[in-house]
Amino acid sequence: MPHDLARAALQGLLTRTSVPRDVVDYIVYGTVIQEVKTSNVAREAALGAGFSDKTPAHTVTMACISSNQAMTTGVGMIAAGQCDVVVAGGVELMSDVPIRHSRKMRKTMLTLNRAKTLGQKLSLISKIRPDYFTPELPAVAEFSTSETMGHSADRLAAAFGVSRLEQDEYALRSHSLAKKAQDEGLLQDVVPFKVPGKDTVTKDNGIRPSSLEQMGKLKPAFVKPYGTVTAANSSFLTDGASAMLIMSEEKALAMGYKPKAYLRDFVYVSQDPKDQLLLGPTYATPKVLEKAGLTLGDIDVFEFHEAFAGQILANLKAMDSDWFAQNYMGRKSKVGAPPLDKFNTWGGSLSLGHPFGATGCRLVITAAHRLKKEGGQYGLVAACAAGGQVMVLCGSCS
Amino acid sequence: MCPWQERGAGRENSCNTCDFSSLGYACRNISTSSALQNRTHVSCDIKGDVAVVRFNTPNSKVNTLSKQLSAEFTDVMNEIWANEAVRSAVLISSKPGSFIAGADLNMLEACKTAQEVTQLSQDGQKMLEKIENSPKPVVAAISGSCLGGGLEVAIACHYRVATKDRKTVLGTPEVLLGLLPGAGGTQRLPKMVGLPAAFDMMLTGRNIRADRAKKMGLVDQLVEPLGPGLKTPEARTIEYLEEVAINFARGLANKTVSAKRSRGLMQRLTDYAMALPFVRQQVYKTVESKVQKQTKGLYPAPLKIIEVVKTGLDQGNDAGYLIEAQSFGQLAVTKESKALMGLYHGQVHCKKNKFGNPQKEVKTLAVLGAGLMGAGIAQVSVDKGIKTILKDTAQKGLDRGQQQVYKGLNSKVKKKSLTSFERDSILSNLMGQLDYKGFEKADMVIEAVFEDINVKHKVLKEVEAVIPAHCVFASNTSALPISQIAAASKRPEKVIGMHYFSPVDKMQLLEIITTDKTSQDTAASAVAVGLKQGKVVIVVKDGPGFYTTRCLGPMLSEVVRVLQEGIDPKKVDAISTAFGFPVGAATLIDEVGVDVATHVAEDLGKAFGQRFGGGSIDLFKLMVQKGFLGRKAGKGFYVYQEGVKNRSVNSGMDEILQKFRVPPLSHSCSDEDIQMRLVTRFVNEAAMCLQEGILSNPLEGDIGAVFGLGFPPCLGGECSELGLGLQSPFRFADSYGARQLVDKLRKYEAVYGSQFTPCQLLLDHANSPSKKFHQ
Repeated sequence: MPHDLARAALQGLLTRTSVPRDVVDYIVYGTVIQEVKTSNVAREAALGAGFSDKTPAHTVTMACISSNQAMTTGVGMIAAGQCDVVVAGGVELMSDVPIRHSRKMRKTMLTLNRAKTLGQKLSLISKIRPDYFTPELPAVAEFSTSETMGHSADRLAAAFGVSRLEQDEYALRSHSLAKKAQDEGLLQDVVPFKVPGKDTVTKDNGIRPSSLEQMGKLKPAFVKPYGTVTAANSSFLTDGASAMLIMSEEKALAMGYKPKAYLRDFVYVSQDPKDQLLLGPTYATPKVLEKAGLTLGDIDVFEFHEAFAGQILANLKAMDSDWFAQNYMGRKSKVGAPPLDKFNTWGGSLSLGHPFGATGCRLVITAAHRLKKEGGQYGLVAACAAGGQVMVLCGSCS
Repeated sequence: MCPWQERGAGRENSCNTCDFSSLGYACRNISTSSALQNRTHVSCDIKGDVAVVRFNTPNSKVNTLSKQLSAEFTDVMNEIWANEAVRSAVLISSKPGSFIAGADLNMLEACKTAQEVTQLSQDGQKMLEKIENSPKPVVAAISGSCLGGGLEVAIACHYRVATKDRKTVLGTPEVLLGLLPGAGGTQRLPKMVGLPAAFDMMLTGRNIRADRAKKMGLVDQLVEPLGPGLKTPEARTIEYLEEVAINFARGLANKTVSAKRSRGLMQRLTDYAMALPFVRQQVYKTVESKVQKQTKGLYPAPLKIIEVVKTGLDQGNDAGYLIEAQSFGQLAVTKESKALMGLYHGQVHCKKNKFGNPQKEVKTLAVLGAGLMGAGIAQVSVDKGIKTILKDTAQKGLDRGQQQVYKGLNSKVKKKSLTSFERDSILSNLMGQLDYKGFEKADMVIEAVFEDINVKHKVLKEVEAVIPAHCVFASNTSALPISQIAAASKRPEKVIGMHYFSPVDKMQLLEIITTDKTSQDTAASAVAVGLKQGKVVIVVKDGPGFYTTRCLGPMLSEVVRVLQEGIDPKKVDAISTAFGFPVGAATLIDEVGVDVATHVAEDLGKAFGQRFGGGSIDLFKLMVQKGFLGRKAGKGFYVYQEGVKNRSVNSGMDEILQKFRVPPLSHSCSDEDIQMRLVTRFVNEAAMCLQEGILSNPLEGDIGAVFGLGFPPCLGGECSELGLGLQSPFRFADSYGARQLVDKLRKYEAVYGSQFTPCQLLLDHANSPSKKFHQ
């Protein structure tokens, strides 16, 4: 169950930071597809991980940026003087999503609860028809448009003229860089997880550098038969949990910690969920830079959530277009595309996988680790989410 | 080489009317570049081994198959066939909103004889046959309207790719103009989508959206419209459509793509069944009887369509093409077709705002009264993005009104023309309330309160106290003179009449009434709102009953008289529908409501006196007393029951009719006489409206009669427009002859009295036979 994964992430955090449990004032977790038994998964996981039962916890949801929301919620609470120490994280268990009975069946079952006599019960049961048993599966589709995200990504790629080859090349880059980072031991943010009854998972298991030829053979996954988004150039859904410790600077220093990274500024924006579903980073990046008083050139490390290779490339093209900036963003000129040598150089969601609610923290921690490793000062994290929403966060290394 | 030469020869025959094509013909071997020739309607780009043919009728929103476009198209295709570097072709439009919207009507109307039209049809057939048999695959890339001749071009191609856009519609609307698809459509369509679907398309003329077309096998691939990118969504979408189509064209040429469609089990079964002559005969029979029932044999086109399809399927292509071209020619010169085309032009005329753009666009609309009318007006406004306040005086009435709007929109969700999300976001434009909150932001108020001058005056005064200075006050009334309503206003220049027809979401007409004091800008604003609501708008001068109600009055009075003479309501209905009214005259009274009819008849009777005489109004009054209010009360001339289709005559009426019985006058009560008594009074009154300047032209008079009084032939179900057209008064006067009309009127005048006295305008027309209402 999801809270097991979350518990492991929390325990990992405790071990790594050796923060005393009772210092933690609050816990916030992000998740997307909720397990109905643990709808406040933050609380269940915290209790299971041995946190004090006096530490309140709540769960937030904002599609793929749920753990970003968890982090900024923590930041907000600290800024408001509510707390000093917050644990934020996210969890997603894609391998076991709740599948519901059909509405008709649910209605019958609920009425059955209220039926008093055996006769009433039997008459209700006799009304059940075969179609009642059709289950309802959760879909990765927009509620407002009924369009699946892959389909939207395919249209976005087409709108910006991103070719299949470009997408495959970018996906291959992501896998190769992730493999390299993994081999060099750079992905230190991984906590091994013992799957009950199975082996321990010690590293990301979705990294599969392939060849362009092999990727070229795949059929389009969404827009058939002529689309460009395939299984190989999309991020894959996986299980995962993440956690991070957020403190006010004074508290951290007082407790003798050396901050890994400073969260300086963030913005959330949203756009049209149909045609600009995954185009958020383009809108949000210039905004956060302005807010933080920086330019694109000041950023040493870019960490963007890779939902689809086509989505990343479309965003890069949009950010590099004066026409787009003037006509759709109300800006005088483009913000410019981030240079690729600073961009997702340790792989991304395409190669590491995308457990919805957990991805945000991974992006931020990777950016922090990259800043430290490469000696950079400023990092910028961006992630798009369903509903046309997006969050970017600007952080710096101490 | 051989097939090509044959084709070349065929082409020469077909295009002997235009010099343009022979020029292209001469050039075909030496040039593939369109830039060298002065083509204005069709251009051609060569992209690798694929030729991209672009249609672009200059200075027009849509592409039409005019002589010039066809000639240039033939020309370009000949170049493509001659160019060995080209292996396939894509046909696309430069206009995102229109592939080809149909044939050029002016071209058809300019033809003097059936032979000329037949020749046009045969030219088209030959061209499209060449495309069908082209050794180089041709792909149609469809974005926007693909109708009539445009659809025939598309289905002659080997493959079709269409954008899944709301603007992309496919269809064969020829039948609505009294024609049939004349460029091979009647022959190709049944083979493509199966006989039942083909009949449905050709006999109803309905528009088919792209996703539906894909399911039917009418198009092979769909392309989703794109959002903003490095170009505008429209520009990039059509470019993308072209890219996708080019890939498929290349694939077809390389044989990596097959044009053969995989058919579902149901479709294969249908096809199998349709291959049996016995089953086909049954289908023809069923369809024929259905058409007979709907058209009462008044329209020749639908029956011709059946005949042409039948010939093609039973006797082969050659016979099919021949009869198609001949029938097309014959139909084009019929009076029915001319009437329908006139109606079409009228509709186009009534979709323009002759007052120009209003100074201020109406963004917030307030509707007073949440009854059937008020809620209907709100419904057609919110879904066009107008913020609408729906105000009523009682919570119960308001709830009912809001539910009506919801139900109207939800039925579109059920038909999948709207998503549930769009429905919700449209409904957010609707504010239901009991007070005047927010009226200070209203740009226009339309009142649809009870038809009583005192009530109208009361709300007018209340509203004027809360609305801003620029706000227009429109009154939705079917008979109360607007100047009388405006008399209570502090600002009569802002008062106007907007007469909607029930049910508002189905009836296309809006009759706008201006008084002497109504300002131009107020009129402009009202017309703009009407057009935005999707209405066909006529603008008339103020007067009792305006135009539509007034024309109807004398006719209904005559209906009552006829009933009093002992004619059964069913017979009255049959006689009037046989003439071309989509709804029988007795049923019409039930639909309108007997109480409303009484009210109107009384008002108009007072205003016009003897001319509205004939039937006894006391008959109506007694019906109201007995509660026989028509459909809404479940009883009128007929008994209405939920779920019962064949309604029976209300036996309670016998007693009433008996009471008012008058002896029939023997020499004028044949069926034809009864019909003419109704019609002549109707036409006479319409002419009177024109004479008095209530109507500004006969065109609007015809449109008002057809769209306002012509109830949609089948409420609720699919609406076909087949029932429209013949009861347009001015066109009828022209074709029947003013002289004959006056003679009839004089004859009845002598028997019944002055209600039949012909008006001066009709007399003028009768005295000079060259005078026509429609030239």
